[in-house]
Amino acid sequence: MMASSYSAKDEDGHITVSGPGGGTLRNKKPENTAFKQQRLPAWQPILTAGTVLPAFFIIGLIFIPIGIGLYVTSNNIKEFEIDYTGDDTSSPCYNCAKNFSWNNTKSCTCTIPFQLDQPYESNVFMYYGLSNFYQNHRRYVKSRDDSQLNGNIDSLKVGASSPMASRKKKKPSKECEPYASIDNKPIAPCGAIANSMFNDTLKLFYNDPNGTSVPIPLTSTGIAWWTDKHVKFRNPVGTNSNLTAVFQGTVKPVNWHRPVYELDTDPENNGFINEDFIVWMRTAALPTFRKLYRIIQKKNNMAPTLPRGNYTLVVDYNYPVRSFEGRKRMILSTISWMGGKNPFLGIAYITVGSVCFFLGVVLLVIHHKYGNRNNSANISN
Amino acid sequence: NDRSFNLSHGYANNAIRTSKYSIFTFLPLNLFEQFRRLANAYFLFLLILQLIPQISSLSWFTTAVPLVFVLSISAVKDANDDINRHKCDRQVNNRKVDVLMDGQLKNEKWMNVQVGDIVKLENNEFVTADLLLLSSSEPLNLVYVETAELDGETNLKVKQALTATGELEDNIEALAAFNGEVRCEPPNNRLDKFKGTLTMNDDIYALDNDKMLLRGCTLRNTEWCFGLVIFGGPDTKLMQNSGKSVFKRTSIDHLMNILVLCIFGFLGFMCAIMAILNAFWEASEGSLFTVFLPREAGIDAHLSSFLTFWSYVIILNTVVPISLYVSMEVIRLGNSFFINWDRKMYYPKNDTPAQARTTTLSEELGQIKYIFSDKTGTLTQNIMTFNKCSINGKAYGEQLCLRKQMITLVDFSWNNLADPKFSFHDHSLVEMVRSGNPETQEFFRLLSLCHTVMPEEKKEGELNYQAQSPDEGALVTAARNFGFVFRSRTPETITVIEMGKQVIYKLLAVLDFNNVRKRMSVIVRGPEGKLTLYCKGADTIILERLDPSCNKLMKLTTNHLNEYAGDGLRTLALAYKDLDESYMKDWTQRHHEASIAMEEREEKLDELYEEIEKDMMLLGATAVEDKLQDGVPQTIEQLAKADIKIWVLTGDKQETAENIGYSCNMLREEMKDVFFVSANTAEGVKEELLKMCPEAAEEPSVTTSRGGLFWVEKMETVQDEKVDGEYGLIINGHSLAFALEKNLRLELLRTACMCQTVICCRVTPLQKAQVVQLVKKYKQAVTLAIGDGANDVSMIKAAHIGVGISGQEGMQAVLSSDFSFAQFRYLQRLLLVHGRWSYIRMCKFLGYFFYKNFTFTLMHFWYAFFCGFSAQTVYDEWFITFYNTIYTALPVLGLSLFEQDVNDRWSLQHPQLYTPGQKNQYFNKKAFVRCVMHSCYSSLILFFIPWASMHDTVRDDGKDIADYQSFALLAQTCLLIVVFAQLFLDTYYWTAINQLFVWASIAVYFAITFTMYSSGMFLIFTSAFPFTGTARNSLNQPNVWLTIFLSSLLCVLPVVAFRFILIQLRPTINDEVRAKARKEALPAPAPRRTLKKRITRRSGYAFSHSQGYGALVMSQKFLLKGHMRRLALFDHRDSPMVQNQPQHYRTITEESESQSP
Repeated sequence: MMASSYSAKDEDGHITVSGPGGGTLRNKKPENTAFKQQRLPAWQPILTAGTVLPAFFIIGLIFIPIGIGLYVTSNNIKEFEIDYTGDDTSSPCYNCAKNFSWNNTKSCTCTIPFQLDQPYESNVFMYYGLSNFYQNHRRYVKSRDDSQLNGNIDSLKVGASSPMASRKKKKPSKECEPYASIDNKPIAPCGAIANSMFNDTLKLFYNDPNGTSVPIPLTSTGIAWWTDKHVKFRNPVGTNSNLTAVFQGTVKPVNWHRPVYELDTDPENNGFINEDFIVWMRTAALPTFRKLYRIIQKKNNMAPTLPRGNYTLVVDYNYPVRSFEGRKRMILSTISWMGGKNPFLGIAYITVGSVCFFLGVVLLVIHHKYGNRNNSANISN
Repeated sequence: NDRSFNLSHGYANNAIRTSKYSIFTFLPLNLFEQFRRLANAYFLFLLILQLIPQISSLSWFTTAVPLVFVLSISAVKDANDDINRHKCDRQVNNRKVDVLMDGQLKNEKWMNVQVGDIVKLENNEFVTADLLLLSSSEPLNLVYVETAELDGETNLKVKQALTATGELEDNIEALAAFNGEVRCEPPNNRLDKFKGTLTMNDDIYALDNDKMLLRGCTLRNTEWCFGLVIFGGPDTKLMQNSGKSVFKRTSIDHLMNILVLCIFGFLGFMCAIMAILNAFWEASEGSLFTVFLPREAGIDAHLSSFLTFWSYVIILNTVVPISLYVSMEVIRLGNSFFINWDRKMYYPKNDTPAQARTTTLSEELGQIKYIFSDKTGTLTQNIMTFNKCSINGKAYGEQLCLRKQMITLVDFSWNNLADPKFSFHDHSLVEMVRSGNPETQEFFRLLSLCHTVMPEEKKEGELNYQAQSPDEGALVTAARNFGFVFRSRTPETITVIEMGKQVIYKLLAVLDFNNVRKRMSVIVRGPEGKLTLYCKGADTIILERLDPSCNKLMKLTTNHLNEYAGDGLRTLALAYKDLDESYMKDWTQRHHEASIAMEEREEKLDELYEEIEKDMMLLGATAVEDKLQDGVPQTIEQLAKADIKIWVLTGDKQETAENIGYSCNMLREEMKDVFFVSANTAEGVKEELLKMCPEAAEEPSVTTSRGGLFWVEKMETVQDEKVDGEYGLIINGHSLAFALEKNLRLELLRTACMCQTVICCRVTPLQKAQVVQLVKKYKQAVTLAIGDGANDVSMIKAAHIGVGISGQEGMQAVLSSDFSFAQFRYLQRLLLVHGRWSYIRMCKFLGYFFYKNFTFTLMHFWYAFFCGFSAQTVYDEWFITFYNTIYTALPVLGLSLFEQDVNDRWSLQHPQLYTPGQKNQYFNKKAFVRCVMHSCYSSLILFFIPWASMHDTVRDDGKDIADYQSFALLAQTCLLIVVFAQLFLDTYYWTAINQLFVWASIAVYFAITFTMYSSGMFLIFTSAFPFTGTARNSLNQPNVWLTIFLSSLLCVLPVVAFRFILIQLRPTINDEVRAKARKEALPAPAPRRTLKKRITRRSGYAFSHSQGYGALVMSQKFLLKGHMRRLALFDHRDSPMVQNQPQHYRTITEESESQSP
């Protein structure tokens, strides 16, 4: 495809004649620059057999190994998934799901036993997955107030106390409606996204072969993007360093059990910078998604993080999804350099590579059969 | 000269305003103008939609920023134009002129000059307003003016004041006391006409155009003159004439309008689908999901789907990109500049470069199917040389060019006033003259007397003639060289040096030329007191008015005339008549009466002229050679190879036209047959037309198709019929008048289109336009008219593209043309190189532009299936804002300004490359549909590859990456890279500028993205840039890049494969030439082949002497064409001022008067 041809400076065809009347008259002869005469040197690629065919073969040859590599990598990732929605009568969570009501103050707990066939090495990541949950719905996506979440104290002020103040946007953004305020008190954090935050609690126990059930330590920090945690989300800094005091005068979102300043005991993980909250606030692109819930840190010794054996998942069932036919899942996964388990890329690369190779052959045949015909191109003059 | 009295009449003062806006009205007026454009109004509507919160799926700035961008570009352009106009106005308004006020001259600004003022002009000054010439410094109150600004002609014209006012001279007191009343017609735009009377001291004087100095003229060779302001400022003929020009649109424009409507339909369709699906979704899932996403109060599923419709209108509006029209304008402008800059279309002799006067038509140059060409001055040089003559039945002049070598040039050294450039090859004529042969002497005396040439004698013996038309100049020069030197003239006398003796003739009347009379006469009184009328004119006219006594001579001369015509010479017949003293007196009296008549002045004068110009004695005939321009045959050959049909429409005689046809390669010996149509009745014409194709169907096949989309616009197309062999058709004006009738014109068109060459001779300017319109209407082909004279103006305006030759004959054609250059041969470069490039560029641009925007937009469509049809966008809003205006604007412009598939040499080498443009092959509805399909495919790939690879996946540190923002970033990056990859495939000609644009755009994209997604921007404008950190967090992931790579490759590879297969299996001419161009070195510039000089032995044809133009003019048919606004000249002997004369004079409805006490 690379043919370089530089058009030579061609002579003009005219004899240059100075303008009539000598040099006083302005000569209107256009300037002889490559730009104005459209003679800029240029690279003129052409699709020829010499460039197209090798390109196809080379692409094929490159793609297939990459694809195989990706596929193998993806296959080496271990992933375990449990659906605990509980709309099946046999499911341990059936009762919790059935009896769910928003007024329940006492959470319903269900335990799900499961078995890992393979030991999980290195760090293991624990996700919760939701399906049919439209976090990408337009009205949902915009139902948040970024300046409130960034610690803008004005967005936490009482709204319509004075008309002047309200005009100056000193209340949660109106995008948060209808979750902006209750009884003239602003909701912190406001909006439908925050309101619908995932609030099941998942705990993991390892059932030792000798009968004891050992709780597995789950790390709840380091699960959000650094930029989110440190830039995008900030707790409001009032006169008081106490979060409780800062959020004074606000109300918790309707669906929440606890106000935002009681999400965690750790001050670095409380309020708006609670990482569970941050992860939830990063809305998913598709209606089926998974979000990082906890990290199971690798132990120091040589033993695998999660050895083979029986485990129990204990769920505090707070989050209703049955009403909109959603599903809830718990996923345990290891990762690789290319992220989580996703065989698509590998397969796609292999396919595209093979198709390229095949196309290359087809084009070669076509070229051999017909191509020579127009090499002897007879363009009449 | 009372100012206040004149002012009380409320005439317009002399200030002019051509600007459209003032500072205060600019913004509202300009915005109003701009929003009158459909596209801008549409985007304003979108902007309003976006302000409704329930609907707004995008922030307001996504539309507002591009809209403001586009509007401000146009506004700046308009403002700039207007400022220039303001400046120009101010400069003109502030020019100084001497005004006679209160008995003395005062220097005043132009804008303060009032109607009724008397102004004094000096040499080389511009005429302030339309003035009535009162007196001048020159003898006999003559002034010389140059009318370059009015009609572009640079030769001098004479104006003469009334003798009565001329007596005032420069007597200030007398002028100040000047008291008269001028009654004249209301202001109008006819440059050549003025009617009025001056009442002074109870005497009534007729005023006509000769006494008017029009604004825009320049005074020359005149020391000073005084004039009375008749019309000021906006009432002047110049301002009245600066008219609205017809706005021409290209066929691509029409196609675009249809496509845009289609796209609107498509948009509505998509939105409707979205709305319906949204209704379903809301009913089945959305209502359940209200647990987490409650609806707003008062909105149920149905209303929500209605709102969704509008939301999608906003989101998907990018299928009709706001910048499309602006970009198209920019591309056309660029191509026009390239035309202006082309050195190969620069003519050094006149220092005239080619000029694109209209910047909106460039791509249509690549689609020309028919060229209508004038002959004189276009194909020919319009440099006349006196070549042959026939005096008293004896022919003189070179006998063909066979004996050229043997004949030495005639030596004119005996005549010290001879023009050294003149050459003549027949000695016998000189001998005849010197021997004092009376007929011969009379012959040359006529030539030296009967003309309107102005002499200029700068030095003694160095005469210079200012002729209004070149053949007149040639004739006078000839007379000069044969010893009848026209020396000088005054309005009442002509000084001629006859064989060395000075003779002064008294000029009694000039019966001027016009295109109806086709002759001019002078009545002179010789030194001995003999009254003689000398007449020269078109042979047919003169021969009709001869005394029966010279019948025998007439026959001889006619033979000579036919011979001359056969040689392609322009002929004139000369005659004289001795007049009776008493008759003359009577005639003069009647003439005076007629010439001051306010009504039907023309008609009365014509009658008088007719009366006196009869029973004349034939003197002989002249033949003037009209040389072909350089390279005309080659150009015509090239254009013919490019499958462009050339029709010559000329006012010349059939024989002359035919000969020119042969000499410039239009008619060829190897043609199977050349048909002549010259019948005098409709039936006859039909018969002759049908004779050519007896086997053809009785009725021409007309296909009627519905044009447009929604308009009920019937388009009738005459189908081309295949013919074997090459034919030529020659039709004369008289037959053409019949053939253009409703019932015959399809027949004519069908026949004409079967012929390779069509020559219409003896046609009037109106017929030229009619022929062009006929072809335009029934062939749906793009037409180009080329001409140089005022008689081509109507044709130039009627055709899709008008080209003016800025040659010898004034600037009228150029002024009304779209493109102009100096030589006919540049036409091949204009069409085959520039036109082709422009067309290719525009087509590539459109194809690519639609591809890129459809791909961009359709992604939203696919995404809708995953976001509950909620009108969520796939991309960041800022990306939507910048996509067309910043990220892709420049590379596209680069493609469409610099693209060349093959360079100019190859384009000229292979004229066949031009044909795809004629057939509209590069961009039509089919291409558009292909383009849409392609972008559907691309958008599917671009959406589902990222979808599949992001689905349920995480980053390499386990954190989230399948979130909306990362997905948006991935999708938009993929899109941009694919779009650039496609650009890469489409571009054939990669200049450094293209490279720069593309790489800079990519760099700018990443720079802007990283900036916008940086923490700093977020902290400053928290709510405007919510995508903080997305770029940083997702673009460092290997699988993101793998996805980008995969999707771009998947979009590009099929295209490459498809194009490769096409090249292999069905290579187009372009592919072949490109391949050839690659293999071979540049072709050497085609050697200018000197065409074999044809020995013109065509006099055989010339004997079929056909009916002349004059008869046609007289016939009813001709006169019935009522609206002949621009009946221009048939021949070129008169000033173009007369050429605008309308056939019917409007009666004066209103009399404006002006008084000077």
